[in-house]
Amino acid sequence: MTFLTVSNVHHTYFSIKEATEALRDINLTIQKGEFVSFIGPSGCGKTTLLSIIAGLFSPTVGSVLIENQKIFGNKELSIGYMLQQDYLFPWKTIEENVTLGLTLQKSDEDKSRIASTLLQDVGLPPVEKKYPRELSGGMRQRVALARTLAVDPKILLLDEPFSALDYQSKLKLEDLVFEMLKQYGKTAVLVTHDIGEAIAMSDRIFLFSARPGRLHKTFEVPEEIRTLTPFEARAHSSYSSLFQIIWKEMEGLEHQQSS
Amino acid sequence: MNINNLHEQFKENIAKEKRWVRFYQLLILLAFFTLWEVASNLRWIDQLIFSSPSKIWILFLDNVRDGTLAVHISYTLFETVLGFVIGTLLGTILAAILWWSPFLSKILDPYLVILNAMPKVALGPILIVALGPGMTSIITMGAIISVIISTIVIYTSFKNVDANYLKVLQTFNATRFQMFKEAILPASFPTIISTLKVNVGLSWVGVIVGEFLVSSKGLGYLIIYGFQVFNFNLVLMSLLIIAIFATIMYQLVELLERKLIKD
Repeated sequence: MTFLTVSNVHHTYFSIKEATEALRDINLTIQKGEFVSFIGPSGCGKTTLLSIIAGLFSPTVGSVLIENQKIFGNKELSIGYMLQQDYLFPWKTIEENVTLGLTLQKSDEDKSRIASTLLQDVGLPPVEKKYPRELSGGMRQRVALARTLAVDPKILLLDEPFSALDYQSKLKLEDLVFEMLKQYGKTAVLVTHDIGEAIAMSDRIFLFSARPGRLHKTFEVPEEIRTLTPFEARAHSSYSSLFQIIWKEMEGLEHQQSS
Repeated sequence: MNINNLHEQFKENIAKEKRWVRFYQLLILLAFFTLWEVASNLRWIDQLIFSSPSKIWILFLDNVRDGTLAVHISYTLFETVLGFVIGTLLGTILAAILWWSPFLSKILDPYLVILNAMPKVALGPILIVALGPGMTSIITMGAIISVIISTIVIYTSFKNVDANYLKVLQTFNATRFQMFKEAILPASFPTIISTLKVNVGLSWVGVIVGEFLVSSKGLGYLIIYGFQVFNFNLVLMSLLIIAIFATIMYQLVELLERKLIKD
């Protein structure tokens, strides 16, 4: 079943000096429960596309639909968005941060129960009453994940959420996000620079080329890796062969650009 | 030597330094008043103009006993606190309106610059004519002197809040009002507090100048009255009282800061 449809999307940024074409003719579909990654050199518009899917702004041309509903300006649709840094509100307690979305939606669910369940699910000790500054970077990103999941989003958008972490926390968090999304049956889109991360986590990988951003190629991740956790996947033999293929493809793109 | 001992020693050193700082602070205070007293008694300075601590103290006790001083202090304090609160509150509200409508803020930009550059105390005579020679004019003076600069500083802080916090809120479908309440305002509390600190000083200026111009009560009136009858004991006593109360107000704002800002 097609869950998300991006059709004929073009996007151009305007400034007084110039108009910069960020995306050209993007068409893709994502299935329900699927995990996909956007990779590509910087300037390939992958973050722009993610922001459009998040409904932060509308594309210059084209449409993005989730279950046949428009995204931009749709207040009914709930979307989870995780950024490079946690952006927890420093003046709110962990509990208030986790339940921020529920507070904004004036939900009358039992917030403190939801917060404590989610914090447990993301593998944190009871830190509800603490403030973000009292937690480490990895813990804070876990809280950000809990905050995103609290509103039960239809889709999770991950904008390089592991890139600011140290390697060990990054590997642990990849496994956690992977398992939680499988457990909750969520559809997810990950934007990353890291080919290995894309292979380890996703079902499909979209490679973009730069200036203007175009969809260059789509890779299917082999079945035998998909079911493994990201950490196990990295040790699998199919992992390195796919890594080589995508690596060469990206090298080729950069070569084209520089020549 | 174990860790506990070292820690105790470390804490003791800090406490010791703190004691010395306090000691020198008190020493300066004592030296200042002693030197003033001695210089006045030995006629190194003109007693008529510079008075002396003992004379001021005697005058102070007299005025406390007949109850006049309490009245003057309470008038000035009331006006200053009100002017200060109104100025900061109005500045925050104006800043919020400017943040709400970027178009309006572009239109009003040059006017804010002009209003900020203008010396507000020059408006004194107009205020007195318009609002009458009473407390209203003085409070307005205390407020008007701080409102524009508060608006500008707080608005700048609103604009500089990290856009990613707003992005987080936007993905939760927050309204613009919710963005203001959840991110913009709390992120700007440190700036608002530092504006408060500046405004403590500014509203004292506004109120004292206001009292110079119109009042028949208050510490500003005592200063101008003392000047007119050439009673500099009175002028200097009022000055000292102003210094003490302005400091207390400043300390209260710092207390508020510690309560309000948790990180």
